[in-house]
Amino acid sequence: MHDDTSETEIKLLLEAIYLRFHYDFRHYAPASMARRLSLAMRRFGCRSLSGLQERVLHDAGVFPELLSLLTIMVSDMFRDPGFYRALREKVVPFLQTYPSLKIWVAGCSTGEEVHSLAILLQEEGLLDRSLIYATDINPEALRKARAGIYELDRMAGFSEAYRAAGGRASLADYYTAAYGSAVFDKALRKNIVFSDHSLATDMVFAEVQLITCRNVLIYFDRALQNRAIGLFRDALCRKGFLGLGAKETLRFSDHAAAFSEFARAERIYQKE
Amino acid sequence: MASWLAPVLPEVIVVGGSAGALDALSILLADLPDDFAVPIVIVVHLPRRKRSALSEVLAAKLGRPVREPLDKEPVSASMIYVAPPDYHLLIDRGMTFALSVDEPVNFSLPSIDVLFESAARSLGGGAIGILLSGANADGAYGLKVIEDAGGLAFVQAPADAAMPAMPNAAIALCERAAVLPAAEIRAYLIRLAGRGGESGRKRYHDR
Repeated sequence: MHDDTSETEIKLLLEAIYLRFHYDFRHYAPASMARRLSLAMRRFGCRSLSGLQERVLHDAGVFPELLSLLTIMVSDMFRDPGFYRALREKVVPFLQTYPSLKIWVAGCSTGEEVHSLAILLQEEGLLDRSLIYATDINPEALRKARAGIYELDRMAGFSEAYRAAGGRASLADYYTAAYGSAVFDKALRKNIVFSDHSLATDMVFAEVQLITCRNVLIYFDRALQNRAIGLFRDALCRKGFLGLGAKETLRFSDHAAAFSEFARAERIYQKE
Repeated sequence: MASWLAPVLPEVIVVGGSAGALDALSILLADLPDDFAVPIVIVVHLPRRKRSALSEVLAAKLGRPVREPLDKEPVSASMIYVAPPDYHLLIDRGMTFALSVDEPVNFSLPSIDVLFESAARSLGGGAIGILLSGANADGAYGLKVIEDAGGLAFVQAPADAAMPAMPNAAIALCERAAVLPAAEIRAYLIRLAGRGGESGRKRYHDR
């Protein structure tokens, strides 16, 4: 708990993961990281973090599972419908003025949000001229995102959010139900590039008009948040848009001055 | 009051509750003195995926500002915060808030255990935990973690709680928790924060 030993052990473990596997968790928010690591200790039957470190370094099967424990987040379609409504009503009119669009969904996890965005763009007639980069550090999450298959029992909640987000059709129009799963239409993904990218270690790879990065920065400490937001600033074109999660803000960032609040309540920012 | 309740000014007061907790909160936090400087952070179980009116309801009841914190926001003195629906709320080192959208804990998002454990981890004995009425066991483990880290643990007396399951779970786990009616926990908090507990209690009973 509150003792220097476990703090030291966390540092050593994250350093070991970085040196051995090149995944950089060293600047993740300490409170969440400590929780996840204690879950991991339970999962792998380790009594200490040093024990977990030993397993990670010497048992090849452990790291992929640990990576999933450290990164997989609960993701939903049309989470915070007001955000999607604001995208549709306030941002889309700007996006429509571009002959072609590049969009970056940073930290796409298992892909629920990028599918939501693709549906929205489709309904606004923008999907065909868009290229969407959906990035994450977890290959297993990317695999799920690329497949676009979700549990059927989640669809009722997703449909409700889709309607609240101003959806123009029925969510069921976009998937086929089969064996307890909802398989989303692959036409939605034809302009999505799923790719490995780390906000902690990688650089900007394209100039984009819109970035969404929702409920990802909450897992970072202030320094890593600054790095990530710096990447977003560099990737966005002038007057490009950045959408964050409902409880995230640029107010505490070094780059706050590079953006203006475009839709305040919905956490949509515009690069100056 | 038992001798272990030596008045040390806490850095934060964390409060958890579920069914029946709103009434208990109204008693616990009624008429706090203007100079009550210790921040209060509350998790009440809420329906998922719905905007919560809890902060507005509490603000109206208490007559002082109550807010859902943003990620990385500093935990400010004199403020009352409530966890937003669909997020766990944690207190990180350096007294800042951290949110997470991890899986539910005890079927709860936000979870009381998550807040309490993070407070104990970041502040050690500087956290006071209070567990109120509720129909499940979330928070009991977290309260024990606070106790083990040297913080103070309070449990609303089961007879005083609309739903005694949550207090009972905590009593079973925490050996040193003070088990008191909400009004008496309130009196203790006010004494801790440097105001006369008696006058605080009297003001409450005079209402």
